[in-house]
Amino acid sequence: MFENLSDKLQRAFKSLRGQGTITEENIGEALREIRVALLEADVNLNVVKDLIDHIRARAVGQEVMTALSPTEQVIKIVRDELIALLGKDTARFKFASQPPTVILMAGLQGSGKTTTSGKLAAWLQKGGHRPMLVSVDVYRPAAREQLKIVAKSIKANLYEGDLKGETAGTALVERLAKEARREAIITGCDTLIVDTAGRLHIDEDLMDEMQRLKALLNPQEILFIADAMTGQDAVRSADEFHKRFSLTGIVLTKMDGDARGGAALSIRHVTGQPVKFIGMGEKPDAFEPFHPDRIVSRILGMGDIMTLIEKAEEKLDRKKSEDFAKKALSGDGFSLEDFRDQLRQIKKLGSLQSIMKMLPSVGPFQGIQQMADQVDESQFTRVEAIINSMTKKERANHEIISGSRRKRIANGSGTSVQEVNQLLRQYAQMRKMFKSAGKGGMLQRKLMGSLGGMKGMGR
Amino acid sequence: MIQTLFGSLKEAEEPEKKGLFDRMRQAVSRTRESLNDRIEGVLAMTREVDEAALEELEMSLLASDLGVATTTEVVNALREHAKRQQIRDGAELKDLLRAQLKAILDEQQKPPKTVAIGPEVILMVGVNGTGKTTTSGKLAAFYRAQGKTAMLCAADTFRAAAIEQLEVWAERSGVEIIKTRQGGDPSAALYDALQAAKARAIDVLLVDTAGRLHTKNSLMAELDKMRRTAQRLIPDAPHEVLLVMDATTGQNGLQQARLFTSFAGVTGIVLTKLDGTAKGGIAIAIAKELNLPVRFVGTGEKLENLLPFDSGAFVDSLLGA
Ligand SMILES: Nc1nc2c(ncn2[C@@H]2O[C@H](COP(=O)(O)OP(=O)(O)OP(=O)(O)O)[C@@H](O)[C@H]2O)c(=O)[nH]1
Ligand SMILES: [Mg+2]
Repeated sequence: MFENLSDKLQRAFKSLRGQGTITEENIGEALREIRVALLEADVNLNVVKDLIDHIRARAVGQEVMTALSPTEQVIKIVRDELIALLGKDTARFKFASQPPTVILMAGLQGSGKTTTSGKLAAWLQKGGHRPMLVSVDVYRPAAREQLKIVAKSIKANLYEGDLKGETAGTALVERLAKEARREAIITGCDTLIVDTAGRLHIDEDLMDEMQRLKALLNPQEILFIADAMTGQDAVRSADEFHKRFSLTGIVLTKMDGDARGGAALSIRHVTGQPVKFIGMGEKPDAFEPFHPDRIVSRILGMGDIMTLIEKAEEKLDRKKSEDFAKKALSGDGFSLEDFRDQLRQIKKLGSLQSIMKMLPSVGPFQGIQQMADQVDESQFTRVEAIINSMTKKERANHEIISGSRRKRIANGSGTSVQEVNQLLRQYAQMRKMFKSAGKGGMLQRKLMGSLGGMKGMGR
Repeated sequence: MIQTLFGSLKEAEEPEKKGLFDRMRQAVSRTRESLNDRIEGVLAMTREVDEAALEELEMSLLASDLGVATTTEVVNALREHAKRQQIRDGAELKDLLRAQLKAILDEQQKPPKTVAIGPEVILMVGVNGTGKTTTSGKLAAFYRAQGKTAMLCAADTFRAAAIEQLEVWAERSGVEIIKTRQGGDPSAALYDALQAAKARAIDVLLVDTAGRLHTKNSLMAELDKMRRTAQRLIPDAPHEVLLVMDATTGQNGLQQARLFTSFAGVTGIVLTKLDGTAKGGIAIAIAKELNLPVRFVGTGEKLENLLPFDSGAFVDSLLGA
């Protein structure tokens, strides 16, 4: 697979050693690598060109610092530029002074509007709102049925409406929208989320229909739902939607995959509108506000360490993991019991693979991302089974686990003695690792505390 | 104070910002010119093929999602050709490019597996929202129009209303549909469909599966299980595994093709939504790197908006001819 950008930059900068300043010549190769990385991340060609010009202008003439390696120095410039492009802060959501707030969901076919409508409703509910959902997609087979099921699963209000045999068309769409709005007011819903049919930006009829819908509903938010896997064409559709409807924000879907998501940069910059949310999975709660700094690391292939840290903090039992970290790092190690607790915590975080993929591909975690695909999650269950089969005493002190005990444990957990041996070996390694980590910095401590010994599990 | 791309971060006020977006808009409008305009532009400028012309071609291919690696290879081949044998003018350069792209695609167009014992089983796979269900319905109609009997299997038991959606397509195409309840085992639905198709001597069984991201191992393993289920009942099945891909897909398409091939044994690509403005250049990168042919293209949401792949027409559209 691709060599990651920082490796490439490191190579590109070999020639720079011993030179005092970054010059047009010695940065040339590095800029070429950055360009390729951005293009491979699907950032629009012209955006890439502008970016490279700016990075060059900023880097050339800089003195090679001692604190940062030239590679780090340039990565920092690139990072700053991309973040500046995306806008610094997480965007806010607009609410109407007079409810209901109307949110219009717009986008191409298959970008994820219906799923996102449900997620948005769930998110609003969590924030104490009373959203109502309505689908005016009278075209795609079973589209309205789909939203109905989604609404039911999150117990959100839905205006179903009655088609009354009316033929699919703009008149019907307008009627449903009008009725839904009235219904929202009557039932005291403070937000109305309008799921629309997917449409191509060159489909005159359907673009007109959206225009009418906008005029009718006067929405506070018109969100453009875009697939994170979109390539160079992203700018065309986004530009057209924005020109016609003045979008107020972007939702980037399917970010739980491995697409770099360069389309975010492209769309943000033809529309000037912020990415407000990202979709991280098919479930209603797989929905997060967008943080520019995070996607920048992802576009550059440098992992998403901030997301990881936050996610870990959110879902882990804080105190438990702090205690654990203290114990593990204090030098007298952690017990198998602690180890099992940690495994359970990790399970709560989501798939181990997705966690590993979020780690940066440089520094102490180098190589972990590639390992992610080789991780066998069923191993986790086996490890847990093995520890479950130990006595409390054995869990507290692994040194007493003799050959005959190992055999008993293997039998009890339905595994083999080899597997028990392997686990004990890995466990011993991990203890050692933690001890040395105890001498490390704060960041490392935090990660180690929450992700106890993942590396040892990777086989 | 940090200098940023569009002025200083802290001091950037409204007027600065306006400049930013105007610039971007201008930058992007450049993309909007079709590839053809760009090539014509180059050709008009240069009678002789020089580096600038090749560079412009390179930009054009990148703008169609061919990706850096494929584009570089294609452009290098043109450069080599120009060295060996003089390329007189732009028209010749364009012909060469067209022939080269077409050759990449044609090389993969091996005939599909012959079907010893029916029914022919076609598995539709892909990431979420690419057009699997729609294409399944269109294909049912396509085979019926060829005088074959077809059947649909609703093996997306996961997404809300996926089964109802395919039912509408079964009705539209006039074929029978085999389904289970939502939340059921897709392999069980497939098993039932295979039995039914065999019993009724159906020619083609089209299996619509749930959209899934190629990075989710457990979901991908489910496809493998479906393959094995099919094999158990019909020795050579599935005869085709079609990866349905949206023409707007960028470089992630390669990774999709790689992983779906390794888990589900993809035999060909269906490129959908070619009625939009995206050209689907990723299909060329996929053909080149993974030796996968494009089998069909989707050109709209109607039953009849499906065409067998035609490499010549595809390349012409890509080059804006
Ligand atoms: N314009 C256009 N739209 C298409 C084409 N093929 C499918 N669509 C639309 O794309 C959207 C998604 O299509 P589906 O067939 O539901 O996609 P899917 O892959 O089955 O989706 P999931 O099962 O949810 O993963 C629908 O709105 C279709 O009408 C095409 O060739 N052109
Ligand atoms: Mg489907």
